[in-house]
Amino acid sequence: MFNRDNWQEIFETISKNKLRTFLTAFSVAWGIFILVVLSGAGNGLRNGAQSQFGNDAANSIWVDGGNTSMAYNGLKPNREIKLTNEDFSVLKDQIKEIDNASAIYQGHNSKTLSYKKEHAGFLVRPVMPDHQNLECAVILQGRFLNMNDINNYAKVCVMGKPVKEALFKEEDAVGKYIDVAGANYMVIGVFNDPGNNDNNRIYIPLTTAQRAWNGKNYVETMWLSTGSAGIERSEEITKEIRQLMARRHNFNPADIDALGVYNNNVQYARTMGMLDGIKIFVTIIGIFTLIAGIVGVSNIMMIIVKERTKEIGIRKALGATPLSIVSQIILESVFITGAAGYTGLVLGVALIEGMRKIGVNSDFFKDPEIDFGLAIFSTILLVVSGALAGLIPSIRAARIEPVVALRED
Amino acid sequence: MIKLNNIQKAYHIGKSEFKVLKGINAHIKEGEFVSIMGSSGSGKSTLLNVLGILDNYDSGEYYLNGTLVKNLSQTQAAHLRNKFLGFVFQSFNLLSFKNAMENVALPLYYQKVSRKERNKLALEYLDKVGLKDWAHHLPSELSGGQKQRVAIARALIGKPKVIFADEPTGALDSTTSLEVMDLFKGINAQGITLVVVTHENDISKMTDRIIRLKDGLIVTEEQETTIINQVILNK
Ligand SMILES: Nc1ncnc2c1ncn2[C@@H]1O[C@H](COP(=O)(O)OP(=O)(O)O)[C@@H](O)[C@H]1O
Ligand SMILES: [Mg+2]
Repeated sequence: MFNRDNWQEIFETISKNKLRTFLTAFSVAWGIFILVVLSGAGNGLRNGAQSQFGNDAANSIWVDGGNTSMAYNGLKPNREIKLTNEDFSVLKDQIKEIDNASAIYQGHNSKTLSYKKEHAGFLVRPVMPDHQNLECAVILQGRFLNMNDINNYAKVCVMGKPVKEALFKEEDAVGKYIDVAGANYMVIGVFNDPGNNDNNRIYIPLTTAQRAWNGKNYVETMWLSTGSAGIERSEEITKEIRQLMARRHNFNPADIDALGVYNNNVQYARTMGMLDGIKIFVTIIGIFTLIAGIVGVSNIMMIIVKERTKEIGIRKALGATPLSIVSQIILESVFITGAAGYTGLVLGVALIEGMRKIGVNSDFFKDPEIDFGLAIFSTILLVVSGALAGLIPSIRAARIEPVVALRED
Repeated sequence: MIKLNNIQKAYHIGKSEFKVLKGINAHIKEGEFVSIMGSSGSGKSTLLNVLGILDNYDSGEYYLNGTLVKNLSQTQAAHLRNKFLGFVFQSFNLLSFKNAMENVALPLYYQKVSRKERNKLALEYLDKVGLKDWAHHLPSELSGGQKQRVAIARALIGKPKVIFADEPTGALDSTTSLEVMDLFKGINAQGITLVVVTHENDISKMTDRIIRLKDGLIVTEEQETTIINQVILNK
């Protein structure tokens, strides 16, 4: 039934009725375009927010030493609480949920690093082996720190990709020695951290730094991840940590200045909540865009069929069957809406890809992605609603006596 | 070719019923050239639409070429119109977005004739009505007489047995009207039955037979004679 001749008749009618073709096509193309751009931008916001999080282990807890602000057990306030390697071991032992734990000593100092004639200032952060997992850093060459390095006070370092490039250029870094503020460290690995700005640093063993910089067994910060413990359990864990440290260091557990405990779970949950909010917002706008598209297409189809009543009458007088009338109108509609939906999709993709190419990236907007499934589903939805909207009046028009259709103007 | 037995038809306006055809009996033979006359509102168009299966009727029997035309499905009616009938309307009823050739070719589209073939035939039929050079013009670029000739070519292209024309000259000046009637005579000469509705004596005079409608009925032969006598006396 739908041979080349049918299509030719359909193309002819479409191309000779440019205004109504344009109106139908525009409302569909516009809807799909908006939808594609919107969902792409929504994903961009999501990716931006996610990268804000630095790609660190999201379910982690920071523990910092502090100064007491309350008198306790006969001890005066304003006493410094210094965390130690033993505190670290105790926490790891006592809290079952901890799956990764690192301790940091003097982690915020930049030092001059040298290799041959190259010198550069970068952060030197003494850490424990689990630090790699907490940062979600990916090893590019060599390896990360291990317990042997810790136990042997090894003078080794793992450097971020930009550090390697600054000091070694094209040269292999692993196995070479660099000078870190007057001492030689062997490079054992190069890493890449997906998080913002976490690459401009080198890691050295915690124990090595404690010994080299006269740090005894002091620890500035402990960083722990709590595995699959949910947000409620993680809040309990922060309390347990506080109590444990209060007992060991003799301070009031209610003294929040004595010990800083930051639960990233809470922060993460907040960010996720925001992302969900964005998603709901984008979805609602998308749904309204689609509804507007459906209403638009349906309206236009009904008007078109009404407008064509006379034409239908003429065609029927010349021998058109109701089936040929209905199928022509529906095929025209499906063709126009389908092609228009595709056009909207292509334009939307072009815009999003263009944004990607130009690199419209900021802290809050990154790598917009297109949801093709959604775009195709929406196009089909508009095509079907256009067809349905055309179906009812065209069946009615095909059923009435030709003389009634011919009387129309 | 056409046989009518007591055809009745009424229009329903709200709850009231308005009888237009009150029992039409008529017989039109194959190859006849008949005109239907009557004053405005006498039911000429209604009758023609029933004959052309463009409209239905309430009671009676209508035989077209021996088959009873009653309670046909739209599809059956479409096939009958496509195979047997051609139409010429007062207001031409050409598709404005198709050029003359495409308008003429349209009935063949519904006969599943290939595009190439039907455009070729359309040009031949346009040539027959003297419009070959206008094949690629849109209806809006044609005069009334030219439009009607396109419509006639379109009515002819399906090789119909009967052509129905409702006031085909109603929108034309007298010279063009005569040209159109000449065309009709030529068509009739080829054996096609022609039924023309008109209220102009000049037009009906050119046909073989006149059927007069009055108040929804066909005026009998005697009445017809008196009417003709009156016309002669009035002259
Ligand atoms: N669709 C309709 N609904 C109601 N009345 C109609 C309709 N069509 C025609 N009529 C009425 O029927 C009568 C006959 O109409 P018609 O057949 O068009 O007459 P003619 O062609 O002889 O002028 C007129 O009075 C007209 O008003
Ligand atoms: Mg009339």
